[in-house]
Amino acid sequence: MSLFLRLLFRNKLAGFGAVVLGIIVVLALLTPILPLHPPNETNTANRFLRPLSEGHLLGTDHLGRDLLSRLMWGTRLSLAVGFAAALVAGLLGAAIGVMAGYFGGRTDNVTMRGIDMLMAFPYILLALAIVAVLGPGLLNALIAVAVVNIPFFARNIRGVTVGIAHREFIDAAKLAGMGHTRILLTEVVPNIVPVVVIAMSTTIGWMILETAGLSFLGLGSQPPQADLGSMLGEARSALITAPHTSIVPGVMILLIVMSVNLLGDGIRDALDPRLRSGALSRPMATTRVERTEATAPKGEGLLRIDDLETQFHVGPRIYKAVNKVSLDLKPGECLGLIGESGSGKSVTALSVMGLVASPPGVITGGAVRLEGQDLIGAPYELLRSLRGRKVAYIFQDPLSTLHPLYRIGDQLIEAIRVHEPVSHAEAHKRAVKLLEDVRIPNAQARARAYPHELSGGMRQRVGIAMAMANDPDIIIADEPTTALDVTVQAQILALLDDLRRSRGLAILFITHDFGVVGQLCDRVAVMYGGRIVETGPTPEVLAAPAHPYTKRLIACVPELGGGRRVLAAIPGLPPAVDKLPEGCAFAPRCDKAQAACRQGEIRLTGTAREVRCLYPERAT
Amino acid sequence: MTIALKTTDLARTFDIGKRLIGPPRAQVHAVHPVSLEVRQGETLGIVGESGCGKSTLARMLVGLLPPTSGTIEIEGRALDRADPAAFGRLIQYVFQDPVSSLNPRKTIRQIMEVPLRLLHGMRGKALDDRIAELFDAVNLRPEFLSRYPHEFSGGQAQRIGIARALAASPRILILDEPVSALDVSVQAQVLNLLADLKAEFNLTYLFISHDLAVVEAVSDRIAVLYFGSVVETGPAEKVFAAPRHPYTKLLADSAPVVGRPLGGAQSGELPDPLNPPPGCAFAGRCPRASDRCRAEVPQLRAIEGDQFAACHHPRDD
Repeated sequence: MSLFLRLLFRNKLAGFGAVVLGIIVVLALLTPILPLHPPNETNTANRFLRPLSEGHLLGTDHLGRDLLSRLMWGTRLSLAVGFAAALVAGLLGAAIGVMAGYFGGRTDNVTMRGIDMLMAFPYILLALAIVAVLGPGLLNALIAVAVVNIPFFARNIRGVTVGIAHREFIDAAKLAGMGHTRILLTEVVPNIVPVVVIAMSTTIGWMILETAGLSFLGLGSQPPQADLGSMLGEARSALITAPHTSIVPGVMILLIVMSVNLLGDGIRDALDPRLRSGALSRPMATTRVERTEATAPKGEGLLRIDDLETQFHVGPRIYKAVNKVSLDLKPGECLGLIGESGSGKSVTALSVMGLVASPPGVITGGAVRLEGQDLIGAPYELLRSLRGRKVAYIFQDPLSTLHPLYRIGDQLIEAIRVHEPVSHAEAHKRAVKLLEDVRIPNAQARARAYPHELSGGMRQRVGIAMAMANDPDIIIADEPTTALDVTVQAQILALLDDLRRSRGLAILFITHDFGVVGQLCDRVAVMYGGRIVETGPTPEVLAAPAHPYTKRLIACVPELGGGRRVLAAIPGLPPAVDKLPEGCAFAPRCDKAQAACRQGEIRLTGTAREVRCLYPERAT
Repeated sequence: MTIALKTTDLARTFDIGKRLIGPPRAQVHAVHPVSLEVRQGETLGIVGESGCGKSTLARMLVGLLPPTSGTIEIEGRALDRADPAAFGRLIQYVFQDPVSSLNPRKTIRQIMEVPLRLLHGMRGKALDDRIAELFDAVNLRPEFLSRYPHEFSGGQAQRIGIARALAASPRILILDEPVSALDVSVQAQVLNLLADLKAEFNLTYLFISHDLAVVEAVSDRIAVLYFGSVVETGPAEKVFAAPRHPYTKLLADSAPVVGRPLGGAQSGELPDPLNPPPGCAFAGRCPRASDRCRAEVPQLRAIEGDQFAACHHPRDD
């Protein structure tokens, strides 16, 4: 709750709206006990008194009634009707939406077509028709405004409910013996309440306006009862001679609707998890760099990463995702970077081209050198010219990296023409050639396909073609086969291996699968808690792991052909990188840990075969 | 050996392009008639790639999805109606994504209470004792009960999911990819826990996974699914060591194994479900396919001992 208020008031306009609305609501609530003239007391002798007249602060209207008093009572009524209409529309609309979304099928179809029909009428016409049938009066105006707004809520809530109704916890509730009513009330509704609140807060101002509109036309509150709309309506005839009678309620409507809308937008931003997570703050084009000085290069290599530190600064917490990581990649080499989720392997890869999202990502130290040139803190234009041309990425899920609305051929053409000024026809020819190179059958025709028309394996081939578009020297592949089936995975791995050998590509291959590393990579680096714990030639590391973590992780992986057995496990959980223990990050889970493992900095030792452990495993 | 679970010609068809009135535009046979038997206390592993119908099969077995045809029998009792509550006491389901299977707005205690209250009518102290007992069985600390799902890691959330499934005191657990969302080091913890629980509560498992090595390590028998049909069944130690169906062979050869060179990339993909081939669904990718395979659908038959394959030209090496 306090977080919600803090987020709300971070938005200055929303805070302003909250204060204005708060004052109006408090005054409206206090109206009966304020020392005001009775709102309906006429005094035709004092007609159209100007504001600041004695005894009548805002003047009087055409019957000599006190405007201040009528304004306060009118505001009170308009607010009450507006809130009530929003509540009724919100509740009924949400109920309809939840039913339609949860039951789906025919229920959904019939209900939503009914809602569509309601939406097909211009709203004011519909409201007029409802009032015409029910007769004028404030309560009927309220009903009309509520009914007119039900479709908005019903459609909104239905969309959200459809998403929730297919979540696994709904299935789990069914299996636990819950009936439909109970599931709707205890599982679905708590999850849609924020959406209802957001929708209400953004529409309540609109409903106050609509109620005022009906009253203005004489269909809402009946004389002598004052509400803001009827006050405006009565003042219409004296618009020129006594403008203050129109201005006073007009300004109040403006204040209420404006403050409600500002506050509503603020509530939406504070409640919406997508907006709260920082989606509103546009990420920078490259990762933010806060580095005192570049680390000196420790050796040669096509791509050298030296003591790279990438952190995530979220509020007061600092997540050390990558903690002094050094790697090097030679031309034509395939380096495997292996680790569990949260070990920092992907962040390491994204840091190379400054692709870590900022905020919250910050590169705080180290250097990344491509052919000797430091890329950390390099100008955006330089990074942009290198992205794709020198270093290309392949990501895990090609469905989310390919644009869903463009044909794959056009996307390849765009990728080619970004870096090379070739004609469209030439680029098209090369795009088809690329699709053939990644062994997509019938490439000419497939270039015209949209991403969703291809299978997962075919899409990942397009992802690889995309990476190959500008003939890069280095490909960084971030779990490219994790989302694929094993038969397709084998095809993609073979393809990558072929491309690497035929074109002399260097590959940084990020994975969590030792089997894949063993088949594809020349060298492997193992990451744990943001640090490299072991590196070396793949066959040696896999045959005789030196770090206890590597050894036990390999033992955890079942291999085909072992038959039925008890699997080795590592007790405990990987450490959270905002609370890394002192000393070795693996010490809390390690059965060989000594007192010395839990203090000080443990260095990576060795040359071709490096290990970060005080008591490494002996080769057996 | 008593039969814990038996399906007879269980099938499911989905309508594509439903219209308000009239027949749908097309139909997809997600699961072709499947007949399976799982013995009491056994673990049957079900492997297959995405789109092979393994999740549809699992959802039918727990009553979340009504079958188009066929019957399900649990310990001799027929369960035809798709009523998850009736199924719930006999057969329970552990979900693939442990976090999304827990309602984010309920505490763990509220989640755990539901099956105990609704399926077994427990109240008061008996309820609290049973929850404590279940939490102890899955090695979770009792203070977790007052927390919300987002506070747990994948491995812990999956233990909670397992504890909830056990709360119904089922005879059979359907484990639908229970470890594929977990890290390797945690995956083994959960698999070993499942093995302990099976012995402790005398359970029967249906273990569904795409990871052949995991299935082999936990199963007594394995059924291989391809394009909605069972193409091979047999004892776990034989199915991948001596596959009879060429598809099983392809699966076994595709699994990445340290030290084995990258195999020749076999091209080919699943057939289009809207336009299935007339004969064997695998014929288009099969090196042994003949004209007969392209015309006639092979039936599951015994090849040797208790190893069955649906193939006109089974392997015999």
